[in-house]
Amino acid sequence: MLAACWSTLPWSTGRMRVQRLDHARQPPSLYHLLGTDEVGRDLLWRTLYGGAISLGLGLLSAGIAVAIGTTYGALAGYVGGRCDEIMMRLVDVLYALPTLLLVMLFTVSVGAWLERGPAGSREMSRLAVLALAIGGTSWLTMARVVRGQVLSLREQQFVEAARALGLPISRILFRHILPNLIGPILVFATLTVPQAILQESFLSFLGVGVQPPQATWGSLAADGVRLVNPLRLDWWLVVFPCGALSTTLLALNFVGDGLRDAFDIRGQAEQRT
Amino acid sequence: MVRFALRRVITLPMLLLAIYGSAVLLVMAAPGEGLEAGAKDLPPEVLAAKRVAYNYDQPWWQRYFWTWPKRLIWDQDLPAHQYEDWTVVEILRSALPVSLQLGLLALSLAVILGIAAGCLAAAFRGRWLGHLSVGLCLIGISLPTFVTGVLLLVVAGLWLRVVPVGGWGRPSQAILPAIALALPYAAYIARLTRSALLDAYSEDYIRTARAKGLSETQVLLEHALPNALLPVLSYLGPAAAAIFTGSFVVERVFSVPGMGTHVVESIRNRDQSLILATVMVYAFLLASFNLVVDLLYATVDPRIRVGAKTL
Repeated sequence: MLAACWSTLPWSTGRMRVQRLDHARQPPSLYHLLGTDEVGRDLLWRTLYGGAISLGLGLLSAGIAVAIGTTYGALAGYVGGRCDEIMMRLVDVLYALPTLLLVMLFTVSVGAWLERGPAGSREMSRLAVLALAIGGTSWLTMARVVRGQVLSLREQQFVEAARALGLPISRILFRHILPNLIGPILVFATLTVPQAILQESFLSFLGVGVQPPQATWGSLAADGVRLVNPLRLDWWLVVFPCGALSTTLLALNFVGDGLRDAFDIRGQAEQRT
Repeated sequence: MVRFALRRVITLPMLLLAIYGSAVLLVMAAPGEGLEAGAKDLPPEVLAAKRVAYNYDQPWWQRYFWTWPKRLIWDQDLPAHQYEDWTVVEILRSALPVSLQLGLLALSLAVILGIAAGCLAAAFRGRWLGHLSVGLCLIGISLPTFVTGVLLLVVAGLWLRVVPVGGWGRPSQAILPAIALALPYAAYIARLTRSALLDAYSEDYIRTARAKGLSETQVLLEHALPNALLPVLSYLGPAAAAIFTGSFVVERVFSVPGMGTHVVESIRNRDQSLILATVMVYAFLLASFNLVVDLLYATVDPRIRVGAKTL
């Protein structure tokens, strides 16, 4: 799905904006494979484009989250003591905040400030703000996991050797400890991506995410839901974006879970020896 | 124990102050003062009068940290920008109970369903019911709330016509939103319960219980389950946070007159007073809830009181 969405991006960016009112609200047909929405935009292109945005944003936010979380957790784990306690206390506190509220606030405030620029960059800046906001709130689990791993690795002999050699802390962290953490980091990165996509879809559903005519799966779903009424159900407007979103999330979660199980067994086996 | 509790209680106001500070910063970062929320192009006299009415003639530290809180809590006449006739207190009073009811209902539903499903999955592990439960949990976690909400809405409300589809007031109107809101968290709690139960199964005291001749159900419910509930308890805090934020989406899907629309609209319209009020209300609720959960956790598990070194 990733490949489909991104490879068609050159075509979908243009075509998804085409509005033909005479073709509005049509069920799937040969001409428009997935149907059209209320202003006659072809849903297939919008879904593909939305997929590119959703997935891209998800990956970007997850990347930011991984970067922040890994650095934070590694520092906390390595330095230890009082500093570690304070940092973890902060994580605990942040863990239980209504982050969606603050993310919305951040997106709208900073986004509005950035949107004073020229029109072309407006959409891009919105995406960047969204990625920052979502990434900035998803790094907590990663920090915890990394910290735990660093704590256990810290006592091992190769770290002692590195310290005895007089290497600076940053070098120890990057060249010696981090490579051993690739496993758990990868697992949780794979699990953070669907979380980020989910967050972004919530934001777009509420109208705080990307703005029309840009589309993401969340905003498409929102548009579809808005038109639900007992008299006339344009099912294709809801089913296709939601279906795409759900299958992607399911697949990503599935892969992440599988990875986690694979690494876990190895971890358990190592512990027993 | 008392020292632990005191420490947590004392940090609560500082935490709230920090949140308020960041919210103020974010609100000030937005351009404009949100005074044009009601109508654009107001004549300058009206604009000036509105500015005075909302205390924008005062420096920001006075406005946010003295005048507005005082007006909100003491005089109760802090108006919301966009709803000219209503004060923030009135809006909160009308919408907050609805959201709280929905949230609490969903939370209890999630906990009950989740624990039950987790027990099922653990008890029947290896057989088809166990695998089915695990699969269902994965699906439950992956589906966004608005997808399940819309599905439930269309299937139960429009096609089968068994439950009403929106609004608030009658108990039957609460069924669908609560279920839709609770599902992902029920699935997550089910997974937590299941893995904790499986971990507990390999412990020695379970072997002792079985050797004593207790039935499998007794073993599960009386011995394994109480220990397995600890991770669920510690997840309750983030779960409450997630449920409250998820309620925005559910409220929109089912047209429940709760805080959701107010929050979203106030953020989009840069309605500063309403934004600050809602952020602080939610922060206060969640922080207190987490405090209670942490204290409960410390009561149940003595290791936590001694220190964080076990982590």
